[in-house]
Amino acid sequence: MTQDIKLFEAQERIYPKRVWGKYRKLKWLAMIVTLGIYYLTPFLRWNRGPNAPDQAVFIDLSNAKAYWFWIEIWPQEVYIITGILILSAIALFFVTSLFGRVWCGYFCPQTVWTDLFVWVERIIQGDRNARKKLREGKWSFDKLKKLAITHFIWLVIGWCTAGSFVLYFNDAPTLVRSFFEFDVSPTVMWFIVGLTFSTYIMAGFAREQVCTYMCPYARFQSAMFDADTLIIGYDEHRGEKRGKHKKGTSWEGRGACVDCKLCVQVCPMGIDIREGLQMECIACGLCVDACNNIMDKVGQPRGLIRYDTVNRMEAEKHGKSEKFRFLQPRTIYYSSTLIAVGLVMLVSLIKRTVLELHVLHDRNPLFVQLSSGEIRNGYIIKILNKTHEHRTYTLAMDGLENAHIMVKSAGQIASDNLYVMADSIGMYHVFVSAEVDPANPRDIVFTLKDNDSNLQDTYDASFISKRGK
Amino acid sequence: MTNDNNENKDSKSNKDIDEFTGIETTGHDWDGIKELNNPAPRWWLWVFYVCVIWSVWYWVIYPAWPILSGNTKGTSGYTQFKELAASQSEIVARQQVYLDRFENGSLNEIMNDPELYAFAMAGGKSMFKDNCATCHGTGASGSEGYPNLNDDDWLWGGRISDIQQTISYGIRADNDDTRISQMPAFGKEGYLKSEEIEAVVDYVLSLSGSDITSTNEHGKTIFAQQCSACHGENAKGLQEFGAPNLTDKIWLYGGDREDIFNTVYNSRAGMMPAWKDRLDENTIKQLSIYLHQLGGGE
Repeated sequence: MTQDIKLFEAQERIYPKRVWGKYRKLKWLAMIVTLGIYYLTPFLRWNRGPNAPDQAVFIDLSNAKAYWFWIEIWPQEVYIITGILILSAIALFFVTSLFGRVWCGYFCPQTVWTDLFVWVERIIQGDRNARKKLREGKWSFDKLKKLAITHFIWLVIGWCTAGSFVLYFNDAPTLVRSFFEFDVSPTVMWFIVGLTFSTYIMAGFAREQVCTYMCPYARFQSAMFDADTLIIGYDEHRGEKRGKHKKGTSWEGRGACVDCKLCVQVCPMGIDIREGLQMECIACGLCVDACNNIMDKVGQPRGLIRYDTVNRMEAEKHGKSEKFRFLQPRTIYYSSTLIAVGLVMLVSLIKRTVLELHVLHDRNPLFVQLSSGEIRNGYIIKILNKTHEHRTYTLAMDGLENAHIMVKSAGQIASDNLYVMADSIGMYHVFVSAEVDPANPRDIVFTLKDNDSNLQDTYDASFISKRGK
Repeated sequence: MTNDNNENKDSKSNKDIDEFTGIETTGHDWDGIKELNNPAPRWWLWVFYVCVIWSVWYWVIYPAWPILSGNTKGTSGYTQFKELAASQSEIVARQQVYLDRFENGSLNEIMNDPELYAFAMAGGKSMFKDNCATCHGTGASGSEGYPNLNDDDWLWGGRISDIQQTISYGIRADNDDTRISQMPAFGKEGYLKSEEIEAVVDYVLSLSGSDITSTNEHGKTIFAQQCSACHGENAKGLQEFGAPNLTDKIWLYGGDREDIFNTVYNSRAGMMPAWKDRLDENTIKQLSIYLHQLGGGE
């Protein structure tokens, strides 16, 4: 029987120790840049004239528009979002195949916010040992106070994070003001409450569990690794046999690892990198910093733990040195796909027009016999005015002799004076009548011209004058 | 745990450790492939328990289980009917904003106000499908005996006020204000002989530009005597009597010689119910505007 199998495992609390070095500096820098972008972007302004919002980055859900500085996206241009997702995915594959999980280690929101929360924890409760002692120790006023302050700051950060998220979907200054006036819609309120707690729980408690158990990306990254991928590696050949080292004694017959366990203590994932590359490793490089500091102290060369490829480490073991290979089949096809998709996106952005005409033939009735003997067809036309000005347009039709156009809408509207408000869609019911013999559908073309500029768009349609076949 | 288990733990033979990873296996073995026992995180178990508790709570609060007499109702009294009623009243409240303006607005105001216009068209469209489509078809294109409302041929007038009048009081309906007229059954009741009817049919056909080109003096005389009182001397019809224009290309009951003969012989008298007691004034107004804007309104 297998009754004694352990099905569930309690989360082991990790208390990452403070460390200083090259990679820690990079991590701080990445955190400042990413969080700075995240928290401040909603407040950037971008002048689009009087008829469009002036928020630089803005997702306007109620009007179904998204703004990104000079780019504006309408719902039918959602393929641009698809393109961005494809670009991000391929860029991620590309970077991973060369440099390993640098996204995980430096830029992933889970990592960045966890790092921030650990920093708060350290400021309030002290470094690794103090935190461990406090948490495992008896309840006291001091413990209560420190924990309360920590959790309070965590919640404040969570609240700022949630608030910033909501700002991307609302006019930031207006919403901030209405927040201080306690006049916020329930939707906004619930989003803020929900995201505050998800930030608090994810960065305060779940932490490395997210990377290990929830994140699919962490799992499939191994498929992108090979012996030429940069990983955090422990140079076993140089390090073993490990053991404590007394100052002044010889290094003969032993490895450079002094078994100080600092690499384990600083690890935010709580693993021992000396056991080799593990699924949990997010490649943040803090163990590299920790080990380098120790190597400096004991007078050994740096790089016992380092960013390196398996191939280079192997070569070094045999006294050879190998170059880091940038050009591999994978990096070539990842980068060429990246360039191809990027070009397609660029072309579609450049070719994006600010005027679009859509024509939909009436389905019922397909055509109408008029008393004069003429045949009439009806069409719903939609004019997409993506400029930020109110415009008028002229609609013309080609492909049918002696045809005339009639527009039905509010007010008396002529086909050379179709008005569409700035940044919106105008819809008109248009009728085309002509004296024709009943025949199979005829191809016709609608042309829409902007009255104030040389913008124009065409749409192929058909004119029906006979039932069935 | 029982002593048994402790004994198992102590005897190492019972623990199957995978050689390569050093991780305990579940003991399951498929042709040499073993399953590593990587324990699931404890919090996952808690989430599971919370879900279980939540589902029990859900059963209590909301309708959930089928029972013989229907289903458990739940303590909150939730049903989707209530939700439907709520969203319907929300729609009515939203319509109310326009309804007041629509009710008091003149036709001219409504036709020139994009919001009220859209309100009229949307309301008219849906009310048409509910009430009128049975006879006139979903696209209002009618069929034999039921006029096509898209075209520019109106028996009783195609201005919005005419349409409003027709919808409200109907045609040959059971009220004093209804539109009414009666074409005699010229053949059946013996006013005209068959040859005379044929002559007049030829004459009428020649008016609407069919291939019959020979001037038919006999038919013309009969038309002037018998038909022109309602259809007009030029046969272009008279909307006061609902008498159709006979010179155009639209024939409600068919434009073949035989069809027209039948019409003259037996007469025609289509009818339409009055809607003023079934639909409220605003709905009729919406319908009138909608039909007028289908393309043929005068």
